This record gives sequence, structure tokens and C-alpha cells, in this order.
Amino acid sequence: MMRSLLTLLAALTLWAFPATAQQGGPLRLELTEGVIEPMPFAVPDFVADTPAAQEFARNIARVIAADLTGTGLFREIPAEAHISRITSFESPVQFADWRAINAQALVTGAVNVDGSGRVVVRFRIHDVFAGQELGRGQQLVGDRDGWRRIAHKVGDQVYARITGEGGYFDSRVVFVSESGPKDQRAKRLAIMDYDGANVQFLTDAASIVLAPRFSPTGDRVLYTSYETGFPRIYVLDVANVGRRVLPTLDGTMAFAPRFSPDGRTVLYSLTQGGNTDLYTMDITSGASTRLTTAPSIETAPSYSPDGRQIVFESDRSGTPQLYIMPVSGGEARRISFGQGRYGTPVWSPRGDLIAFTKQSKGRFHIGVMRTDGSEERLLTASFLDEGPTWAPNGRVVMFTRETQGAQGEARLYSVDITGRNLRQVVTPSGASDPSWGPLQN
Amino acid sequence: MTYLSKTMIFVAGLALAACTNPDRFEDQAGLGGGGFGTGAGSVSDPTSPAYFQQAIGDRVLFAVDQSTLSPAAQATLDGQAQWLMTNRDFTAVIEGHADERGTREYNVALGARRANAVQEYLVSRGVAGSRLRVVSFGKERPIEICSDEACYSKNRRAVTVLAAGLGS
Repeated sequence: MMRSLLTLLAALTLWAFPATAQQGGPLRLELTEGVIEPMPFAVPDFVADTPAAQEFARNIARVIAADLTGTGLFREIPAEAHISRITSFESPVQFADWRAINAQALVTGAVNVDGSGRVVVRFRIHDVFAGQELGRGQQLVGDRDGWRRIAHKVGDQVYARITGEGGYFDSRVVFVSESGPKDQRAKRLAIMDYDGANVQFLTDAASIVLAPRFSPTGDRVLYTSYETGFPRIYVLDVANVGRRVLPTLDGTMAFAPRFSPDGRTVLYSLTQGGNTDLYTMDITSGASTRLTTAPSIETAPSYSPDGRQIVFESDRSGTPQLYIMPVSGGEARRISFGQGRYGTPVWSPRGDLIAFTKQSKGRFHIGVMRTDGSEERLLTASFLDEGPTWAPNGRVVMFTRETQGAQGEARLYSVDITGRNLRQVVTPSGASDPSWGPLQN
Repeated sequence: MTYLSKTMIFVAGLALAACTNPDRFEDQAGLGGGGFGTGAGSVSDPTSPAYFQQAIGDRVLFAVDQSTLSPAAQATLDGQAQWLMTNRDFTAVIEGHADERGTREYNVALGARRANAVQEYLVSRGVAGSRLRVVSFGKERPIEICSDEACYSKNRRAVTVLAAGLGS
């Protein structure tokens, strides 16, 4: 009897995402528990329909393979092990040859470069053990510089069809690129593909920049810069790199800006007379409204995806902890009660979880909890982990990990919300403060 | 057999919206905020910024997570206040800092508390508030870079940075 890809994946999904699959499951994540084999797949080089397509045929297949293996849910069967060669996109697939090497999923494709120089990619996803296509073939068209995006879109289709979850490969991350020693660190705003490719700088290194945040559609970035000598909030247009400072009273400091889900309001921290509170600002008019009035520090806010609540960090209890309040302010309820200090809460795009930084017994952790504070799970531990940001599908978080000592350096990492598959996101130099943007259109 | 049922098209322009030149900016390092970084003048001249910085002491240190001024810090600030009262041509920016053992944005707020504590103390000793500004650098500008308390304790600081300019 043949194993079907779909039934196998049902099991895989259960394994990968116990938080939603098993209601009332264990509160603590057991990192060593339940490890199963990632699904074997094959992505032979795509078929080049024309000589001009040759350079893309292999590269696109390689990026798809990297996307899938990068999830930790898939394992690639390398080309050396392949029995069949795909020489024509239209010829029937010799499923027996792929079964023989235990490839359960097979992605085939063809690349053409058309008369106007655009890259045209056709692809199919095959369920090898069922001996049939999984869904239907598709065609993607993009310009030459966009070939990686085409590959990511294919990868997203494979991921989505096999797991039933939305993909996240065709997305970008805005972050702070770092260079130089710890006491003179140069920081520049930068943007890249989710996998670290195509890094481009958005600001120079003349001023310290902190904690950028993508707008919900990815068209703008909010960030804090010391350009004037004092922290101020800037909004930057990603398409033309134009930017403007948001109005702030003289003698105050403004930082920690976040877009509301509709992209019209900025939620931020303002410090006046040594006291830091939360405010919102209409991004068009510049008019601000104060949300909190406590003498404690209120910062690092995050909207719920429906825009009705705000989770934030406050030390009103004596140590930094997480609180949730209505979007217009008012009474806040504490949700973090474990031992240690909690910060940088970020609401998941699905609305079900809050990711955070936890500092406990000299170590830093990235963790997740439900919005009522229950089912806290720590996903990582190191000298300094900080500032999670969610993948568009809410299954992965990216964060900053900084190493210890005089030579310490910040790098970006990602980890599943199960705590599995911790990976460095390779960047050309030091990197911190990632903000993961939406899936692109 | 071709059946490419669904056709998704995304074309040039959408593909890469951001700038295409990764090096449109020159590399240059620097820190916002002017002032007399290394202490102008001679330390033997009591009216010089060098004297303020080295003989009086331009900085005070804080305990972990705290912004309260220790007796030693208050003594230093008494000296700073006296100097500022005598040398009225100077203004100052008080820079608050935190060690690396905290999250970035919280540390900005914590550094602001420390800078503000210094400002309030100086004002209480008679320095005109209009001559003082505060800024927090959070954990962005450590002066000591080891990852030990020996370094952290020096980084949890508020530094009074003099600038030339008539107090208004």
C-alpha cells in the first residue's frame, strides 16, 4: 500500500505545531521530545527552455530547496542520489525512480526568458507515493532581478500545499546592520529577503538607529534615529527611501514606534521629565494622544492583529513585566507572572500568542505565551537573546542574539514556535532588531 | 500536456521596490551630540571643561536597574553644580546610559531616568534648568566593553557633557 504525502503530512503537522494541534497540551516545551524525520523531497534543476534561461534553471531550484530545508520540516535528497533526470517539463514523471530513493515530494519546473527579457517559470508539485500531482501546475513571471522572489513563491506554494499553512518565504526583513567595536558601533537601517539575500542599506551610519518596524503592507518603516542628537521617530518610504521625522515636543525623547494594523496610527514611547509613557500619533496629522500616565516605564508596545488591544512592557510592579490594555488606554492587566523580567512583547499575526524576551538567572530567552499569560514556553537561551518578530504565518520568530565579551557581536536567528530548528540568518555583517514584513504580493 | 491552470503574474517594478544601490551612502561612524568630548583646556585651569571633566568628574554611576543617586554621586554633582554656577557660559547635555543586560528600548527609558535624576539634582542645587538637556543612549554606547560587572558598573552612568553656549 502506498503512503500518501497528505496522510504523512497530517502527522507532520501535528508534530510540528503541538500548540494548536493539541488543546490543553503540556505547558512546557520539551525540546527533545517528539523529533521525527523531516520529509524527504527532491527539487531537480529546472529545465531551461532557452539558453538564456540556463542561469536561472539551477539557481531557482537551489533557492526552493534552501527555503524548504530551512523550515526544518523537509530534508532534500541531493541530486547525486537521483535516478531519473528531468529533461522535459512535459514528459510524465517516472514516479518509480523517485520512490526508489524515497523522495516523497518532487518539485519539477521549467524556465523561459521571454522576448521582453522576463523570466517565466512553470512548476509542478508531485506526491511521489500517490503517483500524482499535488494541486495544479502554475506559472510565475517576473523580471530578471526578481528570480529569487519567483523561487520563494514556488517554495511558498510547496510549503502551503504540503503543510496546509501559509508560507513565509517571499517576505522581507528590515533590521539594523551593525559594524565596528562595541563602544563605537555603527548602525544602519537595512532591508533584506527573509533568508538574508539582497541586503540593501536604507540609511547611512552617521547616526544611531534603533528597532525599525515594517508597516502592515511593507511599504513603510518606522524607526528611531539619533540624527538630531536626541531619539526621534522617523517614517521611511521603502520604495524611494524618502523619510521624514514625526513631530515631537522639544525636550522630549520619542522611540519604540509601531504601526497600527491599519497603518494610520503610530504607537510609541515618549519620555518627558525622565518618565516614559505610551502615546499614539495620527501619522498624517501628527496629533498625539497619551495612553498611560504611570510614573513607571511603559514601552515596547505591540498591537493585537485586530487593533483593539495593546500589549506592552512596564516596570510598575518593580520589575519589567507584560501588560495588556485596550487600544485607547485604560486599565491594564498583567499577563507575565514567571520568575524574571519580561520585555519586548510582540503579538502573533494569528492573534493567539505573544512572543517576548525573558531575562532570568543571568540568561536571556525568547519565549511565547498565550494572550492570557498561560502556557509560557521558552524557545531559546543564551547570553543575550532579544526582540522577537513573527514570520507572516505565525510559525517562526526571528530575533537578535548577541555574544558575550569585548568581541561580542549581534546576529539574527530564527526558531520555530516549538523551539526547534534554531538557525542563524546569515548576514554580511552584524545585525540586530529584525522586523519581519508581510508576505509580498 | 500543458495545463497551467492558475497564472500568477508579478512583474518588474513590484519585484524589487527598494533602492537598487546598496552603497548609496558613504560609511561614516559617529555619535550624535557635540560637546567637548575629550575635555578642552587644561585640567589645571578650574574654568576649563577639562577641569570639569577630570577634577570634578563629569559622570556618576548607578546600581543595577536603579536611577537613585548615591552619596558619592551627589558629591560629584555638588561639584558639577558649583562649577556650572560659576561658569555660566556653558550649557550641558546629560547623557544617560545603561549596561547591556537589558532590552534595547527599556534601556533607553532607564537611561532617561538616570539622566533626569542628574538634571533634577543639578537644578535643586541652583543650576538653571534651561541650561540642561537630557538624552538617553540606552545600551548603545558602552565605554567599557567586557561582559562583566566590572564593565557594566562603569556603563550604568550619566555623563554631563559640556557645550559652549549662553544659557538662555
